[in-house]
Amino acid sequence: MDRLVFDVAHMLAGGLVLVSFVMLYQDRLTALLKVYALHALVLTASVAWQAFVQDAPHLYITAAIALAFKAVVIPVALLRIIRRLGIHREIETVVGIGPTMLAGMALVALSMVVMLRVTPDADPLAREDLAFALAVVLLGMLTMVTRRNAVGQVVGFMALENGLVLAATGAKGMPLVVEISVAFSILIAFIVIGIFLFRIRERFDTVDVQALDRFRGDRR
Amino acid sequence: MAMILELLVQGAQMALVLLLAPLLTGFVRQVKARLLRRRGPSILQPYRDLARLLRKEAVLAENASWLFRATPYLVFAATWVAAALVPTFATGLIFSWTADLIAIIALLASARFFLALAGMDVGTSFGGIGSSREVMIASLAEPAMIMIVFTLALVAGSTQLSTVATVLAGPEVGLRVSLGLALVALVMVAIAENGRIPIDNPATHLELTMVHEAMVLEYSGRHLAMIELAAAIKLLLYVSLIAAVFAPWGIVPASGGGAGAWVAALLAYAAKLAVGGFLLALFETSIAKMRVFRVPDFLGAALMLGLLGTLLLFVSRSL
Repeated sequence: MDRLVFDVAHMLAGGLVLVSFVMLYQDRLTALLKVYALHALVLTASVAWQAFVQDAPHLYITAAIALAFKAVVIPVALLRIIRRLGIHREIETVVGIGPTMLAGMALVALSMVVMLRVTPDADPLAREDLAFALAVVLLGMLTMVTRRNAVGQVVGFMALENGLVLAATGAKGMPLVVEISVAFSILIAFIVIGIFLFRIRERFDTVDVQALDRFRGDRR
Repeated sequence: MAMILELLVQGAQMALVLLLAPLLTGFVRQVKARLLRRRGPSILQPYRDLARLLRKEAVLAENASWLFRATPYLVFAATWVAAALVPTFATGLIFSWTADLIAIIALLASARFFLALAGMDVGTSFGGIGSSREVMIASLAEPAMIMIVFTLALVAGSTQLSTVATVLAGPEVGLRVSLGLALVALVMVAIAENGRIPIDNPATHLELTMVHEAMVLEYSGRHLAMIELAAAIKLLLYVSLIAAVFAPWGIVPASGGGAGAWVAALLAYAAKLAVGGFLLALFETSIAKMRVFRVPDFLGAALMLGLLGTLLLFVSRSL
Protein backbone atom coordinates (compact mmCIF):
# COMPACT_ATOMS: atom_id res chain seq x y z
CA MET A 1 0.00 0.00 0.00
CA ASP A 2 2.77 2.37 1.02
CA ARG A 3 4.55 1.58 -2.20
CA LEU A 4 1.47 2.22 -4.28
CA VAL A 5 0.85 5.58 -2.57
CA PHE A 6 4.36 6.69 -3.40
CA ASP A 7 4.18 5.36 -6.95
CA VAL A 8 0.92 7.08 -7.85
CA ALA A 9 2.01 10.42 -6.35
CA HIS A 10 5.33 10.13 -8.16
CA MET A 11 3.57 9.28 -11.42
CA LEU A 12 1.16 12.22 -11.20
CA ALA A 13 3.88 14.71 -10.32
CA GLY A 14 6.05 13.34 -13.11
CA GLY A 15 3.06 13.58 -15.42
CA LEU A 16 2.80 17.27 -14.59
CA VAL A 17 6.45 17.75 -15.58
CA LEU A 18 5.77 15.84 -18.79
CA VAL A 19 2.78 18.05 -19.62
CA SER A 20 4.97 21.10 -18.96
CA PHE A 21 7.30 19.77 -21.64
CA VAL A 22 4.35 19.25 -23.98
CA MET A 23 3.50 22.90 -23.34
CA LEU A 24 7.02 23.98 -24.27
CA TYR A 25 6.70 21.98 -27.49
CA GLN A 26 3.51 23.71 -28.67
CA ASP A 27 3.91 26.64 -31.00
CA ARG A 28 0.27 27.51 -31.61
CA LEU A 29 -1.80 29.44 -29.11
CA THR A 30 -4.93 27.27 -29.21
CA ALA A 31 -2.91 24.09 -28.76
CA LEU A 32 -1.02 25.78 -25.93
CA LEU A 33 -4.26 26.62 -24.13
CA LYS A 34 -5.59 23.09 -24.54
CA VAL A 35 -2.39 21.67 -23.11
CA TYR A 36 -2.69 24.14 -20.24
CA ALA A 37 -6.16 22.72 -19.47
CA LEU A 38 -4.61 19.25 -19.44
CA HIS A 39 -1.89 20.56 -17.12
CA ALA A 40 -4.57 21.75 -14.71
CA LEU A 41 -6.36 18.41 -14.94
CA VAL A 42 -3.21 16.51 -14.01
CA LEU A 43 -2.70 18.95 -11.14
CA THR A 44 -6.24 18.28 -9.95
CA ALA A 45 -5.63 14.54 -9.97
CA SER A 46 -2.37 15.01 -8.10
CA VAL A 47 -3.90 17.27 -5.44
CA ALA A 48 -6.88 14.94 -4.99
CA TRP A 49 -4.54 12.01 -4.53
CA GLN A 50 -2.56 13.96 -1.91
CA ALA A 51 -5.84 14.77 -0.15
CA PHE A 52 -6.68 11.09 -0.09
CA VAL A 53 -3.23 10.02 1.04
CA GLN A 54 -2.73 12.66 3.72
CA ASP A 55 -6.34 12.32 4.82
CA ALA A 56 -6.72 16.09 4.49
CA PRO A 57 -10.24 16.99 3.30
CA HIS A 58 -9.42 20.65 2.73
CA LEU A 59 -7.13 19.63 -0.10
CA TYR A 60 -10.21 18.41 -1.95
CA ILE A 61 -11.30 22.06 -2.03
CA THR A 62 -7.97 22.98 -3.60
CA ALA A 63 -8.51 20.25 -6.16
CA ALA A 64 -12.00 21.55 -6.88
CA ILE A 65 -10.68 25.11 -7.32
CA ALA A 66 -8.00 23.81 -9.69
CA LEU A 67 -10.57 21.87 -11.67
CA ALA A 68 -13.15 24.63 -11.91
CA PHE A 69 -10.93 27.66 -12.50
CA LYS A 70 -7.74 26.41 -14.05
CA ALA A 71 -9.02 23.54 -16.12
CA VAL A 72 -12.24 25.15 -17.35
CA VAL A 73 -12.74 28.87 -16.72
CA ILE A 74 -9.31 30.29 -17.53
CA PRO A 75 -8.63 28.22 -20.68
CA VAL A 76 -12.11 28.91 -22.03
CA ALA A 77 -11.77 32.63 -21.27
CA LEU A 78 -8.33 32.81 -22.86
CA LEU A 79 -9.56 30.91 -25.91
CA ARG A 80 -12.33 33.47 -26.31
CA ILE A 81 -9.84 36.32 -25.87
CA ILE A 82 -7.53 35.03 -28.59
CA ARG A 83 -10.51 34.45 -30.88
CA ARG A 84 -11.62 38.03 -30.33
CA LEU A 85 -8.14 39.37 -30.82
CA GLY A 86 -7.94 37.27 -33.98
CA ILE A 87 -4.58 35.73 -33.08
CA HIS A 88 -5.59 32.08 -32.74
CA ARG A 89 -3.57 31.04 -35.78
CA GLU A 90 -0.34 32.71 -34.79
CA ILE A 91 2.97 30.95 -34.31
CA GLU A 92 4.93 32.68 -31.66
CA THR A 93 8.03 31.14 -30.17
CA VAL A 94 11.17 33.21 -29.74
CA VAL A 95 13.75 30.47 -30.29
CA GLY A 96 13.34 27.06 -31.90
CA ILE A 97 11.81 24.11 -30.13
CA GLY A 98 15.06 22.16 -29.92
CA PRO A 99 17.04 24.65 -27.81
CA THR A 100 13.96 25.31 -25.67
CA MET A 101 13.54 21.62 -24.89
CA LEU A 102 17.26 21.34 -24.11
CA ALA A 103 17.00 24.27 -21.71
CA GLY A 104 13.97 22.57 -20.14
CA MET A 105 15.96 19.39 -19.60
CA ALA A 106 18.72 21.38 -17.95
CA LEU A 107 16.18 23.05 -15.65
CA VAL A 108 14.70 19.69 -14.60
CA ALA A 109 18.18 18.37 -13.86
CA LEU A 110 18.96 21.53 -11.89
CA SER A 111 15.82 21.30 -9.78
CA MET A 112 16.47 17.62 -9.05
CA VAL A 113 20.02 18.25 -7.96
CA VAL A 114 19.10 21.26 -5.82
CA MET A 115 16.04 19.77 -4.15
CA LEU A 116 17.51 16.38 -3.36
CA ARG A 117 20.63 18.04 -1.89
CA VAL A 118 18.84 20.43 0.41
CA THR A 119 16.20 18.06 1.78
CA PRO A 120 18.13 14.94 2.73
CA ASP A 121 16.07 14.05 5.80
CA ALA A 122 12.54 14.88 4.65
CA ASP A 123 9.79 12.44 3.85
CA PRO A 124 10.68 10.82 0.48
CA LEU A 125 7.18 11.50 -0.83
CA ALA A 126 7.48 15.21 -0.10
CA ARG A 127 11.03 15.31 -1.46
CA GLU A 128 10.15 13.94 -4.85
CA ASP A 129 7.09 16.13 -5.04
CA LEU A 130 9.12 19.22 -4.19
CA ALA A 131 11.73 18.40 -6.81
CA PHE A 132 9.04 17.95 -9.46
CA ALA A 133 7.22 21.07 -8.31
CA LEU A 134 10.38 23.15 -8.63
CA ALA A 135 10.84 21.69 -12.11
CA VAL A 136 7.28 22.68 -13.06
CA VAL A 137 7.85 26.22 -11.73
CA LEU A 138 11.08 26.59 -13.70
CA LEU A 139 9.50 25.16 -16.85
CA GLY A 140 6.64 27.62 -16.44
CA MET A 141 9.18 30.45 -16.30
CA LEU A 142 10.88 29.06 -19.38
CA THR A 143 7.52 29.01 -21.17
CA MET A 144 7.09 32.68 -20.23
CA VAL A 145 10.55 33.59 -21.48
CA THR A 146 10.26 31.78 -24.79
CA ARG A 147 6.90 33.29 -25.79
CA ARG A 148 6.70 36.52 -27.67
CA ASN A 149 2.97 36.80 -27.34
CA ALA A 150 1.42 38.17 -24.15
CA VAL A 151 -1.20 35.39 -24.05
CA GLY A 152 1.54 32.77 -24.18
CA GLN A 153 3.26 34.50 -21.29
CA VAL A 154 0.05 34.45 -19.28
CA VAL A 155 -0.21 30.70 -19.84
CA GLY A 156 3.37 30.27 -18.70
CA PHE A 157 2.58 32.24 -15.57
CA MET A 158 -0.44 30.06 -14.83
CA ALA A 159 1.64 26.91 -15.33
CA LEU A 160 4.19 28.33 -12.88
CA GLU A 161 1.43 28.78 -10.33
CA ASN A 162 0.36 25.14 -10.83
CA GLY A 163 3.86 24.18 -9.79
CA LEU A 164 3.49 26.26 -6.62
CA VAL A 165 0.25 24.46 -5.76
CA LEU A 166 1.94 21.13 -6.33
CA ALA A 167 4.73 22.12 -3.94
CA ALA A 168 2.22 23.35 -1.36
CA THR A 169 0.16 20.18 -1.38
CA GLY A 170 3.21 17.96 -1.22
CA ALA A 171 4.18 19.49 2.12
CA LYS A 172 1.85 18.46 4.91
CA GLY A 173 -0.17 21.02 6.81
CA MET A 174 -0.59 23.85 4.36
CA PRO A 175 -3.42 25.98 5.71
CA LEU A 176 -6.51 26.38 3.58
CA VAL A 177 -6.59 30.17 3.99
CA VAL A 178 -3.20 30.51 2.31
CA GLU A 179 -4.35 28.22 -0.44
CA ILE A 180 -7.54 30.05 -1.21
CA SER A 181 -5.86 33.44 -1.12
CA VAL A 182 -3.20 32.21 -3.55
CA ALA A 183 -5.87 30.82 -5.84
CA PHE A 184 -7.81 34.07 -5.84
CA SER A 185 -4.79 36.27 -6.26
CA ILE A 186 -4.00 34.23 -9.35
CA LEU A 187 -7.53 34.70 -10.59
CA ILE A 188 -7.28 38.44 -10.05
CA ALA A 189 -3.89 38.50 -11.75
CA PHE A 190 -5.54 36.71 -14.65
CA ILE A 191 -8.30 39.31 -14.85
CA VAL A 192 -5.82 42.17 -14.68
CA ILE A 193 -3.68 40.59 -17.37
CA GLY A 194 -6.77 40.04 -19.48
CA ILE A 195 -7.63 43.73 -19.27
CA PHE A 196 -4.04 44.64 -20.02
CA LEU A 197 -4.10 42.45 -23.10
CA PHE A 198 -6.89 44.53 -24.53
CA ARG A 199 -5.19 47.79 -23.53
CA ILE A 200 -1.91 46.70 -25.15
CA ARG A 201 -3.82 45.69 -28.21
CA GLU A 202 -5.69 48.98 -28.38
CA ARG A 203 -2.53 51.02 -28.12
CA PHE A 204 -0.07 49.05 -30.23
CA ASP A 205 -2.35 47.03 -32.52
CA THR A 206 -0.57 43.85 -31.49
CA VAL A 207 0.01 41.67 -28.43
CA ASP A 208 3.55 40.87 -29.49
CA VAL A 209 5.54 42.25 -26.56
CA GLN A 210 8.52 43.08 -28.76
CA ALA A 211 6.48 46.08 -29.88
CA LEU A 212 6.87 47.44 -26.35
CA ASP A 213 10.66 47.60 -26.64
CA ARG A 214 10.54 50.77 -28.70
CA PHE A 215 8.91 52.59 -25.80
CA ARG A 216 11.52 51.83 -23.20
CA GLY A 217 13.19 54.90 -21.71
CA ASP A 218 16.81 53.79 -22.06
CA ARG A 219 16.68 53.32 -25.80
CA ARG A 220 16.29 56.80 -27.22
CA MET B 1 13.54 -34.32 -26.52
CA ALA B 2 13.19 -31.17 -24.46
CA MET B 3 15.63 -29.54 -26.85
CA ILE B 4 13.47 -30.43 -29.85
CA LEU B 5 10.38 -29.14 -28.09
CA GLU B 6 12.07 -25.82 -27.32
CA LEU B 7 13.21 -25.54 -30.90
CA LEU B 8 9.64 -26.17 -31.98
CA VAL B 9 8.37 -23.40 -29.74
CA GLN B 10 10.96 -20.99 -31.13
CA GLY B 11 10.00 -22.09 -34.64
CA ALA B 12 6.37 -21.50 -33.80
CA GLN B 13 7.20 -17.94 -32.75
CA MET B 14 9.10 -17.32 -35.98
CA ALA B 15 6.20 -18.65 -38.02
CA LEU B 16 3.72 -16.68 -35.93
CA VAL B 17 5.36 -13.28 -36.53
CA LEU B 18 5.69 -14.06 -40.24
CA LEU B 19 2.05 -15.09 -40.61
CA LEU B 20 0.53 -12.43 -38.38
CA ALA B 21 2.40 -9.45 -39.82
CA PRO B 22 0.29 -8.97 -42.99
CA LEU B 23 -2.84 -9.54 -40.91
CA LEU B 24 -1.88 -6.67 -38.60
CA THR B 25 -1.24 -4.38 -41.56
CA GLY B 26 -4.59 -5.39 -43.06
CA PHE B 27 -6.31 -4.81 -39.76
CA VAL B 28 -4.84 -1.30 -39.38
CA ARG B 29 -5.91 -0.43 -42.93
CA GLN B 30 -9.39 -1.81 -42.31
CA VAL B 31 -9.84 0.19 -39.09
CA LYS B 32 -8.57 3.33 -40.82
CA ALA B 33 -11.02 2.81 -43.68
CA ARG B 34 -13.88 2.29 -41.27
CA LEU B 35 -12.95 5.42 -39.32
CA LEU B 36 -13.06 7.37 -42.57
CA ARG B 37 -16.47 5.77 -43.27
CA ARG B 38 -15.16 3.77 -46.16
CA ARG B 39 -15.68 0.06 -46.66
CA GLY B 40 -11.97 -0.62 -47.11
CA PRO B 41 -10.38 -3.76 -48.54
CA SER B 42 -10.68 -7.09 -46.78
CA ILE B 43 -8.45 -7.65 -43.80
CA LEU B 44 -6.75 -10.42 -45.80
CA GLN B 45 -5.85 -8.11 -48.68
CA PRO B 46 -2.12 -7.84 -47.79
CA TYR B 47 -1.80 -11.64 -48.17
CA ARG B 48 -3.38 -11.44 -51.62
CA ASP B 49 -1.09 -8.55 -52.57
CA LEU B 50 1.94 -10.53 -51.49
CA ALA B 51 0.85 -13.66 -53.34
CA ARG B 52 0.25 -11.65 -56.49
CA LEU B 53 3.57 -9.84 -56.26
CA LEU B 54 5.35 -13.16 -55.82
CA ARG B 55 3.79 -14.49 -59.03
CA LYS B 56 4.73 -11.43 -61.04
CA GLU B 57 7.92 -10.94 -62.98
CA ALA B 58 10.59 -8.82 -61.34
CA VAL B 59 11.66 -5.96 -63.57
CA LEU B 60 15.14 -4.63 -63.00
CA ALA B 61 16.61 -1.35 -64.09
CA GLU B 62 19.43 -1.69 -66.63
CA ASN B 63 22.13 -0.36 -64.38
CA ALA B 64 21.03 -2.16 -61.21
CA SER B 65 23.92 -3.87 -59.44
CA TRP B 66 23.93 -7.08 -57.39
CA LEU B 67 23.22 -4.96 -54.32
CA PHE B 68 19.86 -3.98 -55.71
CA ARG B 69 18.86 -7.63 -56.11
CA ALA B 70 20.26 -8.82 -52.80
CA THR B 71 18.81 -6.03 -50.66
CA PRO B 72 15.19 -7.23 -50.46
CA TYR B 73 16.29 -10.58 -49.06
CA LEU B 74 18.77 -8.99 -46.67
CA VAL B 75 16.15 -6.56 -45.38
CA PHE B 76 13.59 -9.30 -45.00
CA ALA B 77 15.96 -11.66 -43.23
CA ALA B 78 17.26 -9.06 -40.76
CA THR B 79 13.77 -7.83 -39.91
CA TRP B 80 12.41 -11.33 -39.52
CA VAL B 81 15.25 -12.39 -37.19
CA ALA B 82 14.74 -9.23 -35.11
CA ALA B 83 10.99 -9.88 -34.88
CA ALA B 84 11.55 -13.51 -33.92
CA LEU B 85 13.68 -12.41 -30.97
CA VAL B 86 11.05 -10.16 -29.35
CA PRO B 87 9.10 -12.12 -26.75
CA THR B 88 5.55 -12.32 -28.10
CA PHE B 89 3.73 -15.00 -26.14
CA ALA B 90 6.56 -16.51 -24.09
CA THR B 91 9.82 -15.41 -22.50
CA GLY B 92 12.79 -17.68 -22.10
CA LEU B 93 12.66 -19.23 -25.57
CA ILE B 94 15.72 -21.12 -26.68
CA PHE B 95 17.23 -18.20 -28.59
CA SER B 96 16.14 -15.56 -26.12
CA TRP B 97 19.71 -15.17 -24.84
CA THR B 98 20.44 -13.44 -28.13
CA ALA B 99 17.38 -11.19 -27.80
CA ASP B 100 19.32 -8.19 -26.64
CA LEU B 101 17.62 -4.86 -27.26
CA ILE B 102 20.81 -3.42 -28.72
CA ALA B 103 21.12 -6.42 -31.07
CA ILE B 104 17.55 -5.84 -32.27
CA ILE B 105 18.29 -2.16 -32.93
CA ALA B 106 21.44 -3.16 -34.82
CA LEU B 107 19.54 -5.68 -36.97
CA LEU B 108 16.94 -3.08 -37.90
CA ALA B 109 19.67 -0.50 -38.54
CA SER B 110 21.54 -2.84 -40.91
CA ALA B 111 18.29 -3.53 -42.78
CA ARG B 112 17.78 0.21 -43.15
CA PHE B 113 21.40 0.71 -44.26
CA PHE B 114 21.00 -1.73 -47.15
CA LEU B 115 17.63 -0.31 -48.13
CA ALA B 116 19.09 3.20 -48.26
CA LEU B 117 21.97 1.95 -50.42
CA ALA B 118 19.55 0.18 -52.75
CA GLY B 119 17.50 3.35 -53.02
CA MET B 120 20.56 5.16 -54.42
CA ASP B 121 21.79 2.22 -56.48
CA VAL B 122 19.80 2.77 -59.68
CA GLY B 123 20.52 6.46 -59.66
CA THR B 124 17.02 7.90 -59.95
CA SER B 125 16.42 11.12 -58.10
CA PHE B 126 13.45 9.80 -56.12
CA GLY B 127 15.50 6.97 -54.69
CA GLY B 128 18.14 9.46 -53.61
CA ILE B 129 15.59 11.74 -51.94
CA GLY B 130 14.00 8.80 -50.16
CA SER B 131 17.35 7.49 -48.95
CA SER B 132 18.54 10.83 -47.68
CA ARG B 133 15.30 11.45 -45.79
CA GLU B 134 15.24 7.94 -44.38
CA VAL B 135 18.78 8.31 -43.10
CA MET B 136 17.97 11.71 -41.60
CA ILE B 137 15.01 10.25 -39.72
CA ALA B 138 17.04 7.23 -38.64
CA SER B 139 19.93 9.35 -37.36
CA LEU B 140 17.47 11.05 -35.01
CA ALA B 141 15.38 8.02 -34.09
CA GLU B 142 18.26 5.78 -33.15
CA PRO B 143 19.71 7.94 -30.35
CA ALA B 144 16.21 8.24 -28.93
CA MET B 145 15.83 4.46 -29.08
CA ILE B 146 19.19 4.01 -27.35
CA MET B 147 18.10 6.34 -24.53
CA ILE B 148 14.90 4.30 -24.11
CA VAL B 149 17.00 1.14 -23.94
CA PHE B 150 19.16 2.74 -21.24
CA THR B 151 16.07 3.61 -19.22
CA LEU B 152 14.74 0.07 -19.46
CA ALA B 153 18.13 -1.39 -18.69
CA LEU B 154 18.48 0.78 -15.58
CA VAL B 155 15.08 -0.40 -14.32
CA ALA B 156 15.48 -4.06 -15.19
CA GLY B 157 19.24 -4.40 -14.76
CA SER B 158 19.65 -5.97 -18.18
CA THR B 159 19.28 -5.15 -21.85
CA GLN B 160 18.04 -8.63 -22.63
CA LEU B 161 14.40 -8.48 -23.64
CA SER B 162 13.29 -11.66 -21.91
CA THR B 163 14.73 -10.48 -18.61
CA VAL B 164 13.29 -6.99 -19.06
CA ALA B 165 9.81 -8.41 -19.73
CA THR B 166 10.04 -10.74 -16.73
CA VAL B 167 11.22 -8.00 -14.37
CA LEU B 168 8.57 -5.54 -15.55
CA ALA B 169 5.85 -8.19 -15.23
CA GLY B 170 6.97 -8.85 -11.64
CA PRO B 171 5.55 -7.04 -8.61
CA GLU B 172 8.71 -5.17 -7.57
CA VAL B 173 8.50 -2.55 -10.33
CA GLY B 174 5.61 -0.22 -9.63
CA LEU B 175 4.47 2.77 -11.57
CA ARG B 176 7.55 4.67 -12.58
CA VAL B 177 7.70 8.11 -14.13
CA SER B 178 10.72 7.05 -16.15
CA LEU B 179 8.80 4.15 -17.63
CA GLY B 180 5.98 6.49 -18.60
CA LEU B 181 8.46 8.80 -20.32
CA ALA B 182 10.10 5.84 -22.02
CA LEU B 183 6.71 4.60 -23.25
CA VAL B 184 5.84 7.96 -24.82
CA ALA B 185 9.29 8.18 -26.40
CA LEU B 186 9.12 4.59 -27.69
CA VAL B 187 5.73 5.21 -29.30
CA MET B 188 7.15 8.31 -31.02
CA VAL B 189 10.17 6.37 -32.25
CA ALA B 190 7.96 3.50 -33.43
CA ILE B 191 5.81 5.89 -35.43
CA ALA B 192 8.87 7.44 -37.05
CA GLU B 193 10.59 4.12 -37.75
CA ASN B 194 7.54 2.59 -39.37
CA GLY B 195 6.89 5.68 -41.45
CA ARG B 196 3.38 6.13 -40.08
CA ILE B 197 1.38 9.27 -40.58
CA PRO B 198 2.83 12.33 -38.88
CA ILE B 199 6.24 11.43 -40.32
CA ASP B 200 5.49 9.60 -43.56
CA ASN B 201 2.38 8.23 -45.18
CA PRO B 202 2.73 4.55 -46.09
CA ALA B 203 -0.22 4.73 -48.51
CA THR B 204 0.99 7.66 -50.57
CA HIS B 205 2.73 7.85 -53.88
CA LEU B 206 2.78 11.61 -53.87
CA GLU B 207 6.33 12.45 -54.77
CA LEU B 208 7.06 15.34 -52.43
CA THR B 209 6.12 13.66 -49.19
CA MET B 210 7.19 10.07 -49.58
CA VAL B 211 10.14 8.64 -47.74
CA HIS B 212 9.94 4.86 -47.65
CA GLU B 213 7.95 4.58 -50.87
CA ALA B 214 10.47 6.74 -52.71
CA MET B 215 13.25 4.36 -51.80
CA VAL B 216 11.47 1.25 -53.03
CA LEU B 217 9.99 2.87 -56.13
CA GLU B 218 12.18 0.84 -58.49
CA TYR B 219 11.29 -2.52 -57.01
CA SER B 220 8.75 -4.90 -58.48
CA GLY B 221 7.64 -8.50 -58.34
CA ARG B 222 9.14 -10.75 -55.69
CA HIS B 223 11.60 -8.09 -54.56
CA LEU B 224 8.77 -5.73 -53.74
CA ALA B 225 6.93 -8.58 -51.98
CA MET B 226 9.94 -9.14 -49.73
CA ILE B 227 10.16 -5.44 -48.90
CA GLU B 228 6.44 -5.10 -48.20
CA LEU B 229 6.53 -8.17 -45.98
CA ALA B 230 9.57 -6.77 -44.14
CA ALA B 231 7.71 -3.50 -43.56
CA ALA B 232 4.72 -5.41 -42.16
CA ILE B 233 6.98 -7.46 -39.89
CA LYS B 234 8.66 -4.28 -38.66
CA LEU B 235 5.30 -2.83 -37.64
CA LEU B 236 4.45 -6.06 -35.84
CA LEU B 237 7.87 -5.99 -34.17
CA TYR B 238 7.36 -2.53 -32.72
CA VAL B 239 3.85 -3.31 -31.48
CA SER B 240 5.13 -6.53 -29.91
CA LEU B 241 8.08 -4.70 -28.38
CA ILE B 242 5.83 -2.10 -26.76
CA ALA B 243 3.47 -4.84 -25.57
CA ALA B 244 6.28 -7.02 -24.24
CA VAL B 245 7.91 -4.21 -22.29
CA PHE B 246 4.99 -2.09 -21.10
CA ALA B 247 2.14 -4.62 -21.00
CA PRO B 248 3.86 -7.91 -20.22
CA TRP B 249 0.76 -9.56 -18.83
CA GLY B 250 -0.18 -13.09 -19.75
CA ILE B 251 3.21 -13.99 -21.21
CA VAL B 252 4.29 -17.54 -20.40
CA PRO B 253 7.27 -17.23 -18.02
CA ALA B 254 10.59 -18.91 -18.60
CA SER B 255 9.72 -21.64 -16.11
CA GLY B 256 6.93 -22.77 -18.41
CA GLY B 257 3.28 -23.48 -17.77
CA GLY B 258 0.47 -25.83 -18.68
CA ALA B 259 -1.37 -25.91 -21.97
CA GLY B 260 -3.88 -23.41 -20.60
CA ALA B 261 -1.14 -20.85 -19.98
CA TRP B 262 0.06 -21.15 -23.59
CA VAL B 263 -3.43 -20.70 -25.01
CA ALA B 264 -4.06 -17.73 -22.69
CA ALA B 265 -0.73 -16.21 -23.70
CA LEU B 266 -1.55 -16.53 -27.40
CA LEU B 267 -4.98 -14.98 -26.88
CA ALA B 268 -3.45 -12.16 -24.82
CA TYR B 269 -0.92 -11.53 -27.57
CA ALA B 270 -3.63 -11.37 -30.21
CA ALA B 271 -5.60 -8.97 -28.03
CA LYS B 272 -2.54 -6.73 -27.51
CA LEU B 273 -1.90 -6.62 -31.25
CA ALA B 274 -5.52 -5.73 -31.90
CA VAL B 275 -5.46 -2.94 -29.32
CA GLY B 276 -2.13 -1.63 -30.64
CA GLY B 277 -3.35 -1.69 -34.22
CA PHE B 278 -6.60 0.02 -33.34
CA LEU B 279 -4.85 2.80 -31.39
CA LEU B 280 -2.41 3.30 -34.27
CA ALA B 281 -5.27 3.62 -36.77
CA LEU B 282 -7.12 6.01 -34.46
CA PHE B 283 -4.01 8.16 -34.03
CA GLU B 284 -3.30 8.20 -37.75
CA THR B 285 -6.78 9.29 -38.72
CA SER B 286 -6.86 12.06 -36.12
CA ILE B 287 -3.62 13.78 -37.09
CA ALA B 288 -2.21 15.47 -40.18
CA LYS B 289 1.13 14.68 -41.70
CA MET B 290 3.88 17.07 -40.65
CA ARG B 291 6.37 18.80 -42.87
CA VAL B 292 9.69 17.02 -43.26
CA PHE B 293 11.46 19.88 -41.53
CA ARG B 294 9.32 19.37 -38.43
CA VAL B 295 10.51 15.77 -38.07
CA PRO B 296 13.71 16.71 -36.18
CA ASP B 297 11.54 18.51 -33.60
CA PHE B 298 9.30 15.47 -33.20
CA LEU B 299 12.17 13.04 -32.80
CA GLY B 300 14.15 15.52 -30.74
CA ALA B 301 11.26 15.51 -28.28
CA ALA B 302 11.44 11.69 -28.18
CA LEU B 303 15.16 11.91 -27.52
CA MET B 304 14.66 14.40 -24.70
CA LEU B 305 11.97 12.24 -23.10
CA GLY B 306 14.29 9.26 -23.18
CA LEU B 307 17.07 11.38 -21.73
CA LEU B 308 14.75 12.72 -19.03
CA GLY B 309 13.71 9.18 -18.11
CA THR B 310 17.33 8.10 -17.74
CA LEU B 311 18.13 11.22 -15.75
CA LEU B 312 15.24 10.68 -13.34
CA LEU B 313 16.35 7.10 -12.77
CA PHE B 314 19.87 8.19 -11.93
CA VAL B 315 18.55 10.77 -9.50
CA SER B 316 16.00 8.56 -7.78
CA ARG B 317 18.68 5.93 -7.42
CA SER B 318 20.61 8.35 -5.23
CA LEU B 319 17.62 8.87 -2.92
